[in-house]
Amino acid sequence: MIDRAQVLHVAKLARLDLTDDEVGAMSRELSAVLDHIEKIGELQLDDVPATSHVIDVVNALRPDEPRPSLPRELALANAPEVVDDGFGVPSPGAGS
Amino acid sequence: MSASGYEPVIGLEIHVQLRTNTKMFCGCELSFGDPPNVHTCPVCLGLPGALPVVNARAIHYALMVGMALGCELAPRSIFHRKNYFYPDLPKGYQISQYDIPICSGGRLGDVRIHRAHLEEDAAKLIHVGASGRIHGADASVVDYNRGGTPLVEIVTEPDVRSAAQAREWLTLLRETLRQLGVSDVNMEEGSLRCDANVSIRPVGSDLLGTKTELKNMNSFRYLERGVEAEIARQIALVQSGGEVEQETLHYDPVSGAISSLRSKEEAHDYRYFPEPDLVPVVLTDAMIETARGELPELPAQRAERYEQQLGLSADSARLLAFRIDLGNYFEAALAAGDGDSEAAQPLANWISGELVARLGDDDPAGSKVTPAALAQLVALVRGKQVTQGAAKTVLDRLVADGGEPQAIVEAEGLGAIGGGDELAEVVKRALESDPAAVEKLKAGNMKAIGPIVGFVMRETKGRADGGEVNRLVREQLGL
Amino acid sequence: MSDLLSLSARAAAEQIRHGHVSADELFGAYRERAAADAAAGEQGLNAYTWVAEETPAAPAASDAAPLAGVPLAVKDLFCTEGVPSQSGSRILAGYRPPYSAHVVEQLTAAGTTLLGKTNQDEFAMGSSNENSAFGDVRNPWDRSRVPGGSSGGSAAAVAAGLAPWALGTDTGGSIRQPAALCGIVGLKPTYGAISRYGMIAFASSLDQAGPFARDVSDTALLFKHMVGQDSRDSTSLQHPHQIELPKGVDLKGIRLGVPEELTGEGVESGVREAFNQTLALAEQLGATVETTHLPHAPHALSAYYLIAPAEASSNLARFDGVRYGHRAEADDLLSMYTRTRAEGFGPEVKRRIMLGTYALSSGYYDAYYGRAQKVRTKIAEDFTTAFEQFDFIVTPTAPTVAFRLGEKTADPLEMYLQDFCTVPMSLAGIPAISIPNGLSDGLPVGFQIAGPAFSENRLLDAAYVLEQALGFDGSAVRA
Ligand SMILES: [Mg+2]
Ligand SMILES: [Zn+2]
Repeated sequence: MIDRAQVLHVAKLARLDLTDDEVGAMSRELSAVLDHIEKIGELQLDDVPATSHVIDVVNALRPDEPRPSLPRELALANAPEVVDDGFGVPSPGAGS
Repeated sequence: MSASGYEPVIGLEIHVQLRTNTKMFCGCELSFGDPPNVHTCPVCLGLPGALPVVNARAIHYALMVGMALGCELAPRSIFHRKNYFYPDLPKGYQISQYDIPICSGGRLGDVRIHRAHLEEDAAKLIHVGASGRIHGADASVVDYNRGGTPLVEIVTEPDVRSAAQAREWLTLLRETLRQLGVSDVNMEEGSLRCDANVSIRPVGSDLLGTKTELKNMNSFRYLERGVEAEIARQIALVQSGGEVEQETLHYDPVSGAISSLRSKEEAHDYRYFPEPDLVPVVLTDAMIETARGELPELPAQRAERYEQQLGLSADSARLLAFRIDLGNYFEAALAAGDGDSEAAQPLANWISGELVARLGDDDPAGSKVTPAALAQLVALVRGKQVTQGAAKTVLDRLVADGGEPQAIVEAEGLGAIGGGDELAEVVKRALESDPAAVEKLKAGNMKAIGPIVGFVMRETKGRADGGEVNRLVREQLGL
Repeated sequence: MSDLLSLSARAAAEQIRHGHVSADELFGAYRERAAADAAAGEQGLNAYTWVAEETPAAPAASDAAPLAGVPLAVKDLFCTEGVPSQSGSRILAGYRPPYSAHVVEQLTAAGTTLLGKTNQDEFAMGSSNENSAFGDVRNPWDRSRVPGGSSGGSAAAVAAGLAPWALGTDTGGSIRQPAALCGIVGLKPTYGAISRYGMIAFASSLDQAGPFARDVSDTALLFKHMVGQDSRDSTSLQHPHQIELPKGVDLKGIRLGVPEELTGEGVESGVREAFNQTLALAEQLGATVETTHLPHAPHALSAYYLIAPAEASSNLARFDGVRYGHRAEADDLLSMYTRTRAEGFGPEVKRRIMLGTYALSSGYYDAYYGRAQKVRTKIAEDFTTAFEQFDFIVTPTAPTVAFRLGEKTADPLEMYLQDFCTVPMSLAGIPAISIPNGLSDGLPVGFQIAGPAFSENRLLDAAYVLEQALGFDGSAVRA
């Protein structure tokens, strides 16, 4: 069960602006999915190791050798706003 | 501090930019004041589909740092994602080490190290318009050149007890890192950045008070001043019945003001989880051996050697060891001298005292005073062939024109007048010239010897040895 | 359908190499067909989001470029330099990356020519291709039905003869399920066998690229040219075997395990019927068939719907309107972020971002993400145990045949159940292939064969033998 307040909190963390209807729908749909998912709570998993990789590769290291960077025009080519050869953004106000 | 009844408890968090050729997770070269956005690629721009790959040298440098700080090295460490939104963070998360840092524990000087881990630096957010201060600005520009620069974050235990100690310890850390050669450690340029966690507690208590985090003081002076100001603020607050709030603060060195940096209602929830795009780093013997093989003698070890083997006082030993140029000059001078180990302390004193007084922060190796010359001068003083006073005059000459102390002494006739008839003669004249003083002396008022000694020094242009003059006066008056 | 278009990809490659077929003609024929479908709007399949204007330059056929001149359809989420790569999302509408995915580079070097980018569920999140910002894809067997997803465009294009073969990606079934619903062959390789570099990420620890083709041999040929360790993807490894074209003749000595947990309720009758017939056929071909158990498989979907959304919530944080993609108008940063993402992402993507963010948020990590990773461990162990007894695990690929557009959109959970049979293999990182094994009510059914990590050669051999015996004919929908 995830209520409206939780939905709004999570939406803030995820930087998603939700309409009132969306908040309600999220609360319903996520609760339903979570009800199903929470079955894993029944499993006995106390000393089971967690798997974050299925492959056992280690030390995939890169030699400290320079590779060509992108020309600035290309780096900026997809930018919604370009200011002074950089990526323009609205200033971080309070809360961001 | 105890005057107030409170003692500060300070822990430091230091971000060190590593001096690798390329960034932490991509092949872009590190940027030093280059035009904006010329050192970027799909990886460090966070383009869709790009993947990070760990820079082997960053691991190597982190191991050297860990060894220098006496840390325990994790046989297997992993990277996590620290999730939060900010324009200087292209992927929406910072790749950093979280629950298994590559280095943990350790100590440097009198401060314990909690951990040291690897992470990537953020980009530069330039606030255009207004005062350039974050809240005043209207629009901002992101330059991703710096984004992805390898960082080692060093976190200390709360072992620091004063702003001055914080500054002195950070100096030791900087010197240590500089000698490791892993970073430029320049606070002004941001390759060494220091945050301080400050709290206060009643003297004698061992509880920890609520701490505030003082962000990014970009010079040693500001660090000391900032921490001092924050300690004062907290003490005043508590004494006026208030309570310290946990918050992140900014110290403005110009106004000396301390202001809250982040709005408080903002909930911080970084949602750390293991970075699925990277695999664990498992230390091999080869990696450890190579790192150990490249460790130079570090300031703390050097200070110990000066104290143990050369018998320097603790203060002189630290002074010379923590300023590598002085230390090297000292060892050169010692080698140039007669090898008499008794010479070590006097040499150290002359270097850290008279020489530094004349050269300031300049490396004495670059001055006109050769180590051999200084060794010779100190030898003359110790042999009483030149008095302290005269020797300072000689040092002035050496600093100005270089040359040989012996030669200068002879040319300027600065050699000390030993005991014997010549000096006795001068003392005799001095006593005759001042009957009043003689009376006082006979009456047991030794203060009256001042004018007599002064007369002798004038007559001998400071070449007389004060002790000897004293002895002769007593002898001639039969005291 | 012209003879040119009825050629298998491997035959086309041969013909071009021997000069019997012109690469331009072949490309032109497919291009025309693809463009015509794209132009047909509602009447078409909407399989492509971009179709090449003219024939791309291709190397002359040679041992280095054995696929010279064979057109290739590529799922939208593979970055293709200068060509729209939008991952089915409005937030990337019109985005043309400055670089190409590793697999795309590799296949271009092998001589394939980029025919077009195929439609998909937004960021590969979906099982019906109804979540694309560029419209639903329709199933060539029945245009009122879905092609499956998320690689619905690639599956539909190959099934309908709009491409000889295509690239897809599979995170929880996104290659196998649409292959099944469209009556073609789809392979999800061992995790790590193919570089993810340049694949716009959904869930990094699960995403894997793979081939779609009309038959097993073309599937093997395309796969052969996709594998390989890539220094830009830390999680990629060298496939221990040289990939061979299948040549099996029977299934003598092959032990097939049928897991009760994935073949019981939830599988519709027509699908089960086809499944059982195929098992009988396998026995006739010399295989032994036995019931077995994957005790934790019933929990796979739950683990998957925690792990995949969690990783996705972080992977999609980079879509923030700063460096590329859609940006909403706003005068402060926070609203710029929240509106950009609200306007740019579709409902299913928002749902998964919310679910994943929640699963990682403080206080819930252990109960959700942490637990899910442990379930993942158990599921992998289940397979390891099963493979001690069996060469392959077989199941229906999807519990149903292609369903009607809109039929399952109301209930996310019901849609998620489509991946019931495919998700366990994804969590275990093992290879699995889907081949068409008959029709149910005139709609294709898929048969899934899963093997241990890096068993692709054996898997393709077994699939080939069954394919020959099944004699499934999908040419009708290519006419
Ligand atoms: Mg940090
Ligand atoms: Zn880069």
